[in-house]
Amino acid sequence: MGLSVDIKLVLDGFRLEVSHAFELGGITALFGASGAGKSLLLRVISGLESGATGQVSFENEVWQGARFVPTAKRGIGYVFQDARLFEHLDVAGNLRFAVRRSGSDRMEAVVKTLDLQPLLGRRVSMLSGGEKQRVAMGRTLLTNPRLLLMDEPMAALDHARKTRLLPYIARLPEAFGLPVIYVTHSVEEVTRLADRMVVLAGGKLLAAGRVADTLARLDIAEASGKFEAGSVVRAVVMGQNTAYRLTEMQVAGQGLSMPASAVEIGAELRLRIRARDVAIAVRRPEGVSIRNVLKGRILELMQEPETAFAELLLDIGGEQRLRARITRASVAELGLATGDDVFALVKSVSFDRRALPKG
Amino acid sequence: MSWPDLAPLWLSIQLAAVTTVFLLLIGTPLAWWLATTKARIRPFIEAITALPLVLPPTVLGFYFLILFSPNSTLGGLWRDATGSALTFSFTGLVLASALYSLPFMVQPLQSAFEAVGRGPMEAAATLRAGKLDAFFNVALPMARRGVLTGAVLSFAHTIGEFGVVLMVGGNIPGQTRVISIAIYEQVEVLDYAQAHALSAILLVFSFTTLLLVYTLNRRAPVRVG
Repeated sequence: MGLSVDIKLVLDGFRLEVSHAFELGGITALFGASGAGKSLLLRVISGLESGATGQVSFENEVWQGARFVPTAKRGIGYVFQDARLFEHLDVAGNLRFAVRRSGSDRMEAVVKTLDLQPLLGRRVSMLSGGEKQRVAMGRTLLTNPRLLLMDEPMAALDHARKTRLLPYIARLPEAFGLPVIYVTHSVEEVTRLADRMVVLAGGKLLAAGRVADTLARLDIAEASGKFEAGSVVRAVVMGQNTAYRLTEMQVAGQGLSMPASAVEIGAELRLRIRARDVAIAVRRPEGVSIRNVLKGRILELMQEPETAFAELLLDIGGEQRLRARITRASVAELGLATGDDVFALVKSVSFDRRALPKG
Repeated sequence: MSWPDLAPLWLSIQLAAVTTVFLLLIGTPLAWWLATTKARIRPFIEAITALPLVLPPTVLGFYFLILFSPNSTLGGLWRDATGSALTFSFTGLVLASALYSLPFMVQPLQSAFEAVGRGPMEAAATLRAGKLDAFFNVALPMARRGVLTGAVLSFAHTIGEFGVVLMVGGNIPGQTRVISIAIYEQVEVLDYAQAHALSAILLVFSFTTLLLVYTLNRRAPVRVG
């Protein structure tokens, strides 16, 4: 299953030029800073930008190129940032709008998966932001799409609503057996939702691949902003330390703990560790308060010219990578070089409950 | 005081109703085009549409008289096709009234369509609705307040019309003698009692219509589906 794109679009002085074969399956994050062209690319894929030139094809169908297939005939689902529910219809009316045109028989499944039952009789203007997005997702799923495009559906929501909406989005690919392309500028959403990611910067493709690999690559810093830079590691829950209220885990055979969380022993977690939360020592440190120390070897060392900082990519074993951001002065003082064995001091860890997909 | 002759009132209502329906049919596509086009000709069309707002009705009526005259191209074609003249006829009045009230239909509709914007139409396209489908089932219902406002204003404006009717229609009972003309004539012949009665009826009718519309409009928006 695949989506191949080779397009060009100039709009108000902004130039979008992307050539990429999307490997679809699960959720693919389309990631980049604001203004990188993510939403625009999604609009081109769906046929909403008539000014785009080039080719778009999905599976064996040409959507743009030799012919142009209008949006209504592409079999895509699109969830807009602002939901775009029809205000002249109630929630059930919005859902039926889709069913009438697709003949979908999924109504029950969609209502159940997204918990829409209590909302059905409500007026659209009476819904909260998160409820609106759930209805919008439901409406889109009722068109029986073959590819679901989501354009920052959580951008307008506060943190609590995001946290509530995330699990609904995460279960879509499996529940309805359809690939999702998910636009976001949040690393947190990428690590919590996506299996693969495609990174855009300045209207161009910067990188693409599995989330963990792509996020750990240093050149992503440009797209995500220095302070968002970080890495994703896989951890297994080993036990709960009830006396000190800590959850004990293992990452690549090394111990790691975090404030107690309600996770089962044996569960696999994805941890996100920001580069700036990782400090480096050349000997195993003693007499410091930081408990999480991972042994690793420097794979790459990149000095950032014109700044005080340098970034390190560490191999911590088990094909896992950790990224650190320290000062250039520290690099010089400690005499760090590629290939050195070092200790990474991890100041803070955030995680996602979702187990890793296989493979 | 004798009961006034109500035929002119009835004729005014008929004229206003036919004109409003006719305007809905031609004004809606025009307003949609104006709201969505990027064509350079748009300001010209907008200016032409707004002309009746600034021109004295007599000027419009004068041009209509010339255009409708059986000696002109349009008037001649009409007479050859139908056997009757456009001037001093009900049909002529409808055409003239429609143009005279065009801005009252097109401007509220255009604003309403612009307020709907591209968003819902794009959403409809992603939900597999074709262009016509999306227009009738999304844009039009979402712009329903504009439709209602345009229809009421066109209706009211046509009821209150005087100058254009006088120029194009004259004063033929049952054909072109609408209520404003009838009142004018009664005042001319100093029949104040009849003028009072018709004026009062028109005042009450107009106020009731507008009150009804504003009351309906104030209520929670109508839900469909």
